[in-house]
Amino acid sequence: MCATCGCSGAIEAETASALVGGSDDLAHADPHDHEHPDEHEHDEHHAHVHDHDHSHADDHGHTHHAHDHAHTHDHGHEHSHAHDHGHEHSHAHDHGHAHPHVTADTSAARTLKLEQEILGKNRLLAERNRGWLEGREIFAVNLMSSPGSGKTTLLERTIRDLGKQMVVSVIEGDQETRLDAERIRGAGARVVQINTGTGCHLDAQMLGRAMQELTPAVGSLLFVENVGNLVCPALFDLGEGARVVIASTTEGEDKPLKYPHMFRAAELILLNKVDLLPHLTFDVARFVAHVRLVNPSAKVLEVSATRGDGLPEWYRWLVGRGSASLRTT
Amino acid sequence: MHELSISQGIVESVCEAVPEGQVLVVTVEIGKLSGVVPDAVRFCFDACARGTRVEGARLDILDVPGRGRCASCDRELEMDELITQCPCGNPFLDIVRGRELRIRSVEVN
Repeated sequence: MCATCGCSGAIEAETASALVGGSDDLAHADPHDHEHPDEHEHDEHHAHVHDHDHSHADDHGHTHHAHDHAHTHDHGHEHSHAHDHGHEHSHAHDHGHAHPHVTADTSAARTLKLEQEILGKNRLLAERNRGWLEGREIFAVNLMSSPGSGKTTLLERTIRDLGKQMVVSVIEGDQETRLDAERIRGAGARVVQINTGTGCHLDAQMLGRAMQELTPAVGSLLFVENVGNLVCPALFDLGEGARVVIASTTEGEDKPLKYPHMFRAAELILLNKVDLLPHLTFDVARFVAHVRLVNPSAKVLEVSATRGDGLPEWYRWLVGRGSASLRTT
Repeated sequence: MHELSISQGIVESVCEAVPEGQVLVVTVEIGKLSGVVPDAVRFCFDACARGTRVEGARLDILDVPGRGRCASCDRELEMDELITQCPCGNPFLDIVRGRELRIRSVEVN
């Protein structure tokens, strides 16, 4: 048994099903020696399936679940083969093999089980934020959308309209500039700008720091305007009280299907710029149907931040959803 | 690209969990429905590892296939896309498995 690819001398079930087309671009391209039986001819390029156990010489703790992987061996001839281990589930095992399985011949190497969530630290900090917000009775709304959907315009309008009844403040996330923060300040709310630089989303640590700096009033409404991006922010819990996605009629009805993670994570979806509908081919019913495919329970409101359509309903949602925290006058 | 943050998270967690020694292999699980692209994590991993004890380590990524449960007929089925329709007609499945983003183990010298 070859410790590198699991290729054993006894090659059972060799079939000619062509699973992998090319060869050069496949991962397993390191030269390594192993003996193949004589009948295993390699003088022409071919693909075959090996059905055999793939066990590494060392114990990686791999739960090696059906392991569909393709190798190219560079041993004087070219062939590619796909291993099909009929276990419970599959993983594309992309052996980069810049170096071989070191542990096989390094006696000092040891395996440590970690079993840690990759986003565990963010989750912990998000829970800390959540506690901080709850303790101060602050209702925090994480606003997410693609760039240009009208988040900042909607916020300016919301601050002007709701600011009479309650304290509203904003944490602005953008890669660069303080332009949005200046607009928000102009609308009459306190604001802290986070510039993420190359970062494409806010995370719980950034929000935590910004909240400490902003110190929103007890019983107030806090908007977090996430970086304009329909992909990355979906993955990062900030500790917010509610997640709202803003889509706009100029973006196309298929956004929920293209970015399902984002739309699935929202409890309210605002469809902005409905004032432009007469000039567009946007089909609202189709958009709503697409939302339903990824998130049947989300509420969808049609709004126009410039003309005011649907805004009373948006405000009612905010006041109702934040009623445990918000102090209104 | 949130995979950069994911790769940073992996490197940081490993460095915290492994107080000494050179890390040779890091094995992580990435669920099919996690919203994280394994190749992008791999792309970022080496850069994030540079200058740490994880530098030069191999990253083994185990894909975790998705499984969903139909809220309507309670059937469980494979779910490799977030939008998967149950044969009963219900277009929405609850995710049972496939969101994993987990560091399984490390090999240390």
